[in-house]
Amino acid sequence: MTEEEVSLAVKDIIQTVAPDEDLSQLDPDVRLREQIDLDSMDFLDIVMELRKLYGVQVPEEEYKELATLAGCVRYLHPKLAGKALHCAASA
Amino acid sequence: MPMPELARVVITGVGLTAPNGNSLAEFRANLLAGRSGVQAYEIRHVGKTLAGVCSYDALRYQSKKDLRRGTRAGSIAVYCANEAVKDAGLDFTRYDPQRIGVFPGITEHGNVETENEIHEVAKYSFDLSFWSHHHNPRTVANNPAGEVTLNLGLKGPAYCLGGACAAGNLGLIHGAQLLRLGEIDLALCGGVSESIRTFGIFASFAAEGALAKHEDPTRASRPFDKARNGIVVAEGGCLFALERLEDARKRGARIYAELLGHCVNSDGTDFVLPDAAGQNACIRGALKSARLEPAEIDLVSTHATSTPSGDVIEARVVREVFGDGPRTWVNNTKSFIGHAMGAAGALELAGNLPSLADGVVHPTINLDEPDPECAVPNLVANAPRHVGRVDTILNMSFGMLGINSAVVVGGLRA
Repeated sequence: MTEEEVSLAVKDIIQTVAPDEDLSQLDPDVRLREQIDLDSMDFLDIVMELRKLYGVQVPEEEYKELATLAGCVRYLHPKLAGKALHCAASA
Repeated sequence: MPMPELARVVITGVGLTAPNGNSLAEFRANLLAGRSGVQAYEIRHVGKTLAGVCSYDALRYQSKKDLRRGTRAGSIAVYCANEAVKDAGLDFTRYDPQRIGVFPGITEHGNVETENEIHEVAKYSFDLSFWSHHHNPRTVANNPAGEVTLNLGLKGPAYCLGGACAAGNLGLIHGAQLLRLGEIDLALCGGVSESIRTFGIFASFAAEGALAKHEDPTRASRPFDKARNGIVVAEGGCLFALERLEDARKRGARIYAELLGHCVNSDGTDFVLPDAAGQNACIRGALKSARLEPAEIDLVSTHATSTPSGDVIEARVVREVFGDGPRTWVNNTKSFIGHAMGAAGALELAGNLPSLADGVVHPTINLDEPDPECAVPNLVANAPRHVGRVDTILNMSFGMLGINSAVVVGGLRA
């Protein structure tokens, strides 16, 4: 997956978890929780979707890497290398 | 020491979703028009079957995220609670939020969510790192009541009353009790059910030989009819706004009915089979608490579920208690919507409340050939009946493990 595809993958998961949110104006460098309504249970949902869709395990001590969209892409890009993009929410 | 006079308690709002109506007006209109809400339905492992399915607008009071996170029973409860509040014209700013109670009756809760989660984790070879963190908040027994408090920002007592298929009356009874004790000022209470989303309930009824079959879904639920062959499982919900008469009068509320009496008892005899003596005692207990004789009841809303044996026992009980009452009419709601489990008793009472104002008794439908073993005096069959006046209604619900409940309501008397 390219970085752009990783970003798409993450946004798609966020859209599944937060279906009422408009993600089109998401600033990649601002904390997700400051831009959209996401709580700790939603965050666990995002981690769960990464596990289910891409087999990526995010250990608890690394959750902080997923605070922003840019952080997600940075952290997940190497882990998603060679994986195919799934888009459920916006498909 | 004599008991102190108990506060009078009245129903001032109704919020409901039934397979044939998403408001009391729509539900009542369909009960009078003979329109069933039973349809073809398919669920995993069971395959093609029948069910009463609701079509309320879930997004009217909840976001998509609320729906994703919560349960169907929670969503039904939230819809019904909001509709009841609106119907009653309640202004929450006039209440201490800690003195508003939420009490839905439930037949069961958590089966749907547990089945879903097991099917999900099975896809990952039962690796429990794929087990959802939502499992516990979805399956706790207070889930439907708790979702209402989250949605409406309520702070008072909120929990479910588990009472198998007798549960639909339990919420109402419990709400009235707490109002009389002065512990709350308002109750949102009744019953809810999401049971059509669990394959287990269909499979278990089928294993007992108690799941209805019919080529025309609308004709499958046929209590007291010779060709009845089992239960149609339904989902639904109904919550009443319940308050003390004094408070209702002070705010100029419209009053649907007064709760005149109730009884909850147990057969203590069998896991599954109903017991005529227990049902009889429950009905007589409710009459005694309402200080009414059987002949003073104008309408009996039966529980009958369309099973071969259950209906026979219930009909016998109705004959025993009400057989001498020339103006006691009898009907049944499950013939229209199937068995809405924890919601059944509440919906069945709600659909009959308008008769206190219009004197019309809705029928039981699909009674093509009355079973002589289920003979019931004054059963209103297949078409509504203008009976003149309905001042009192007795609503009964019975459930597994031998739980029985009955409530008596009446039009407001001086």
